[in-house]
Amino acid sequence: MTTALLKQPTPAPAVRKPNRSFVHGLISNKKALTGMAVMVIFIALALLAPVLFPGDPSRITAMASLEPSAEHWLGTTAKGQDVLALTVHGSRSSLFVGLTVGVASTFIGILVGLASAYFGKFIDEALSLVTNVFLLLPGLPLLVILAAFLPPGLGTVILVLVVTGWAGSARVLRSQALSIRSKDFVAAAVVSGERAGRIMFREILPNMASIVMGTLLACVIYGIGAQAGLEFLGLGDVSTVSWGNNLFWAGNEGALLTGSWWVFVPSGVCIALVAFALALINYAVDEVTNPRLRKIKTPKDTERSAAK
Amino acid sequence: MRFILRRLGFYLIAFWASITLNFLLPRFMPGDPVSRMFARSQDRMQPEQIEALRKLLGVDDRPIWEQYIDYMHNVFTGQMGVSISRFPTPVTEVISSQIGWTLLLGGTALVIAAVVGNLLGILAAWRRGGAIDSALPPVLVFIGSFPYFWLAMGALYLFGVVLGWFPIRHAFTDGLEPAFTWEFIGDVGAHLVLPALTIVLVSIGGWMLGMRNTMIATNSEDYITMAEAKGLRPGRIMLRYAARNAMLPSVTSFGMGLGFVVGGALLTEVVFAYPGVGYQLLNAVQGLDYPLMQGLFLTITAAVLLANFLVDILYVRLDPRVRSN
Repeated sequence: MTTALLKQPTPAPAVRKPNRSFVHGLISNKKALTGMAVMVIFIALALLAPVLFPGDPSRITAMASLEPSAEHWLGTTAKGQDVLALTVHGSRSSLFVGLTVGVASTFIGILVGLASAYFGKFIDEALSLVTNVFLLLPGLPLLVILAAFLPPGLGTVILVLVVTGWAGSARVLRSQALSIRSKDFVAAAVVSGERAGRIMFREILPNMASIVMGTLLACVIYGIGAQAGLEFLGLGDVSTVSWGNNLFWAGNEGALLTGSWWVFVPSGVCIALVAFALALINYAVDEVTNPRLRKIKTPKDTERSAAK
Repeated sequence: MRFILRRLGFYLIAFWASITLNFLLPRFMPGDPVSRMFARSQDRMQPEQIEALRKLLGVDDRPIWEQYIDYMHNVFTGQMGVSISRFPTPVTEVISSQIGWTLLLGGTALVIAAVVGNLLGILAAWRRGGAIDSALPPVLVFIGSFPYFWLAMGALYLFGVVLGWFPIRHAFTDGLEPAFTWEFIGDVGAHLVLPALTIVLVSIGGWMLGMRNTMIATNSEDYITMAEAKGLRPGRIMLRYAARNAMLPSVTSFGMGLGFVVGGALLTEVVFAYPGVGYQLLNAVQGLDYPLMQGLFLTITAAVLLANFLVDILYVRLDPRVRSN
């Protein structure tokens, strides 16, 4: 009886109401819309790549180092591969790795953050220590030596990126979970004898949905960028076609020095566009959930967009 | 003081973790990178050098604890073995000849990005919705979305190859003797422009937005209203009241940002063939030079940890709340 009384009023409204305005806020936010539109285009391109450019994109189809033309919209590489096909196919690996790394690191971050916040004391101390150590170790050098020792392949790339990427999300999620942990409805759930897992995932987690989403986006951005960096250094799986590998080959084949800008520009612009789109969505999430950043916005923002 | 000691303990743990990682990696990895390396370089090495390297990298029959203690001892006495790719130079020598360049590049870029970025953030937050606040953040965030190395490639292509304004590789012109002459310093400066510029461009947005967002929060504090009511000059309120209090998160992220700058410097160095530790790290990886790789990783880690410790000391100076605890 008391259990029901204690539990009933708190979670349901606390979860649903902000969520509805959250989704609404995102949809009516211009940054979020732009970001989502760009992402939809890229995801569509990635899915349709085998239809748009059937066959192996890295096969040699034309003369080497051709400038962009009607036949090869983005020209050809020093080997004579079609740059547009490479770029479109590259989105598959890059988006896949980015999403996988993002989801995996956020998941670890959620587990660590929730466990830290819920159990507190010794567990919190230990987990925080590990998190902070991983945060402090310089990421890219760590990536490089991990990748150098592990057998090359896509699995290695993902594993290495998750190992270096989870700590940031764990720290953010922990501090958020801590502040929710101290709320009354969590205390009520504890008193009513709910199991630890249920409190963590059903009571605390839904209330930090927007932070989780922000973290996920940041992790995906990290994953895409770090994969590209790793592959650019030649430490990825050189046989796959991805944006990072395209840039690696562009560098290796001297595209810069021979002036073939069309070889290295597309993949880099794609990475930047995806990262920027995700960052836009992330800022929009921030703006929607943090009234301080939004407060003065309304009148000035419309003015500004009208001027544009 | 207790704060400082706690942080020091933490950094020691972090350093220990990275040494242990270094120790475990070659020993527990599937496959055998170490014997690949030996196969490649056997004929150039003396038997006793091979023996020392085998021990360093764990091709060793002794119990793991003995190896571990040995390894720790070697690290703290600076015996990191002999470089394979630059045989027979000791690893420590290779690193010390190159770390200066990275410090120069990373340091210059970090300081410029942090100072300019924070100033822009202060101005943006002070004039909410003004020109700086509305125009710069989207542009900087967009630039910041580019991979470091790609911007470096672009800068190299545009300013180096097409326009020919700046040299495109190495830290100084080949054949020039390093010396404290104006000619040499100018030459180093010219070689520094493009690599530093790319790092600054990528990282400045983060500084600016971070500062802007904290300062927007500080601006609504009561003491700002109080300062305005007292009739202080706006410039004084902005810098001494608002910015001074919004600075703390920036100082913290200065330490954190260091790791990123090191990573960025690594990639940038590779693009510009800049002879720093990052470029060397890649060479070591390509040449299967595991001792050098490990030495470089430890050095970079140690440098980042040390810098973070210095930032902590600065933090204590800046935030009296930490001192009183």
